Amino acid sequence: MIEHYRREISVAAAILLVAAVLAVLAPQFFTLENQTDLLLNNMPVLIVALGMTLIILTGHIDISVGSQFAICGVAAGVISKAGLPSPAVCIAVCLLGAVLGGMNGSLVAYFRLPSIVVTLAAMVALRDALRWSTEGAWIQDLPPGFQWFGLSQTGSQLVTFAAAGILVICAHWSMRNLAAGRAVYATGSNPDAARLVGFDPRHIVFGVFTATGALTGFAAFLNAARFNQIPSNAGIGLELQVIAAVVVGGTAITGGRGTVPGTVLGVVLLGIIGPALTFLGVSAYWEKAIQGAIILAAVAIDSIRLRTGRNAGNIAAQSA
Amino acid sequence: MQPTPLLRASGITKSFAGVHALKGVSFELRAGEVHALVGENGAGKSTLIRIITGALSADSGTLEVAGRAVHHNTPSLARTLGIAAIYQQPALFPELTVAENIALGLEGGGLWRRIDWKARREMAAELLQRAGSDLDPDRLAATLSMPEQQIVEIAKAIGARARILIMDEPTASLSEREVESLFRVISQLRSEGVGLIYISHRLEEISAIADRVTVLRDGNTIDTCSVRGLERADLIRMMVGREVSAVFPKRQVPIGEVVLELRDVSSRAAGIRNVSLQVRRGEILGLAGLVGAGRTQLAETIFGLTPADSGEILLQGRRVRVQTPADAIELGIGYVPEDRRQHGVALEMPIAANTSLANLSRISRMGFLDTRLERDLAQYYVRQLGIKTASIYAEAGVLSGGNQQKVALARWLAIDPQVLILDEPTQGVDVGAKSEIHRLMCDLAERGLAIIMISSELPEVLGMSDRIAVMHAGTVKATFRREEADQQKIISLALGHAYSGSAGGLA
Repeated sequence: MIEHYRREISVAAAILLVAAVLAVLAPQFFTLENQTDLLLNNMPVLIVALGMTLIILTGHIDISVGSQFAICGVAAGVISKAGLPSPAVCIAVCLLGAVLGGMNGSLVAYFRLPSIVVTLAAMVALRDALRWSTEGAWIQDLPPGFQWFGLSQTGSQLVTFAAAGILVICAHWSMRNLAAGRAVYATGSNPDAARLVGFDPRHIVFGVFTATGALTGFAAFLNAARFNQIPSNAGIGLELQVIAAVVVGGTAITGGRGTVPGTVLGVVLLGIIGPALTFLGVSAYWEKAIQGAIILAAVAIDSIRLRTGRNAGNIAAQSA
Repeated sequence: MQPTPLLRASGITKSFAGVHALKGVSFELRAGEVHALVGENGAGKSTLIRIITGALSADSGTLEVAGRAVHHNTPSLARTLGIAAIYQQPALFPELTVAENIALGLEGGGLWRRIDWKARREMAAELLQRAGSDLDPDRLAATLSMPEQQIVEIAKAIGARARILIMDEPTASLSEREVESLFRVISQLRSEGVGLIYISHRLEEISAIADRVTVLRDGNTIDTCSVRGLERADLIRMMVGREVSAVFPKRQVPIGEVVLELRDVSSRAAGIRNVSLQVRRGEILGLAGLVGAGRTQLAETIFGLTPADSGEILLQGRRVRVQTPADAIELGIGYVPEDRRQHGVALEMPIAANTSLANLSRISRMGFLDTRLERDLAQYYVRQLGIKTASIYAEAGVLSGGNQQKVALARWLAIDPQVLILDEPTQGVDVGAKSEIHRLMCDLAERGLAIIMISSELPEVLGMSDRIAVMHAGTVKATFRREEADQQKIISLALGHAYSGSAGGLA
């Protein structure tokens, strides 16, 4: 069994290593307040990364999630100011995200356009559409019931943690136990085989883009509710953080292989580096360099593993 | 004393992962001759060609060009030796013009040289003319028809001053008139002293164009002889005339009622025309034919990948609609495709998940998988089929070819099918796995499955089938019981000839 969770184990070991260094050199890192902040700051990355895992599993990518995130955040504020209660705002924003993701998904799945190009266009277009319609202004004067969902700060934090935890567990469980999860893996691993066993890879691809959009909307809603104003330029670079976390977590960029726990660990490892450096008194400029090195290491390990693991099979295939 | 041959290959052997593709082939090409190379699918023709062009290296044996031994042949060495090949599917760059396609590989100079467009066009025009064509050098390769593309390939070969020109099924996609003009070019090249190796399944062409013919069978050279005076029946006998070497574990099982029946089924998209056939419980129907005869396409039509647009498909006497693979699975039709790496097994997924992939609706309730049932199922089939693996959770990609084939098979057995279509079930697996798969097919037939087996190996077709259907050009030419079948009859029908039983002339 250990064999199959090699990546998860090595990422977890890296996290423990960083934590051990911090425990010795900077124990103040582990204060409740700091941990809470760290978790909340990485919550959008985590939730969007759950969806991105599905997209990358099918062999595609969505680099417009940052722009979707910004639009959904602003929309949450606007809808809330129109007088809707928080639960309704949440549902509306998730639907909006699903529509945005679904637009990408339909172009990729049904028109067979390359996902990198479609979502690059969406990333730019959505970002500029938002800039144009808000004229760069932030959403302010939010109704009192919006921030912290109308709860206490601690209460809202507990709700956020609970929601994220439930999502992670559901995603993990679904990928293992639902036929739909198998369809995602099969589509990414071998679309021809998926078609032969009766799945329609187009619907699957459309579905994962739509689901990721909805998750992005949900993440934007949770994040917007933390503050008393909503920036119109949120989520810049979010797509890179998310994709990096998914890849570090062991999901193959070519699709077909990866797990939800891996992604969660990837988010934690990449999220912990920056604050750790700050607490260790190292210049924060090293953060990106170290994150880059981790990503490279992860991809290199994948490639080595693939080459050694598949050699025997490839020789057989060539002779056929 | 013969003049030194242009090309001499002797004692060439080559094996892939333990399977002997060539077992000591000898071949000789003289200047100014057209030398036909014939043999069944898998006889070793393409392997030999790939060794001559340097795409593969031989395990042993010698290759001589114009009397000089060639060691460590590579594609670029072969090119400098004057060896060129034209394949059935020309490999041109579609985005480049005809002139550019011809110039690539012919013009010398470094990456930074300035291109002389005028000279390039003139050279192309001249070479095309010598190839017997007035094709515009400025046309994009993507706009060329198949024969035009072949002309460009020939022009390239002429430009490279090829002394040895290999043509692999060059007429497969040509009309009769285009074949004639190709033959004119070939005669021209022959008179210039070029040696041509001509591969074709069309025996009448060989009598029309070739001087000598070499027959390969099972990786051995059977004979080289002059085409003049050669009877077609003799040639066919040489191509197929082996004893059924392997002992097939075919068992007689009681054959029941008709399970699947096709009545006049056609599919324009698949190129299938008016196919009628029946398969019964416990029966193995062998589908024979040459590559490109439409056997896989027929399987894909039955399975709903390219649905039939006319005719009827009946399952146990009831007319059914099969529009998608999901329909076929629902009806109990399983299909193990030919290329299991491309279509069959999801390499990144565990064996257990691969096994259950076509069967998810039956091991789940409302979309929730019963993973315990899945595990039991996978363990059952790993034991039943003897899949060699450490764990049912290992990725399918780490298994050997034969074991991957078994995983693909397990997936379709798991749906408990009534009809199972096996496309080249033993291609690329070693001898041991092969007879295991054959034994398994008999077990399945015994349990009452109706099996359609597509195979390019005639001994397998003859050894395993209860009945045999021979396909040619998208339709079933004839169906007969195994006792009535022999290799010559099958190959004659597969080549599109009506079988007369007597030795007719080759032309």
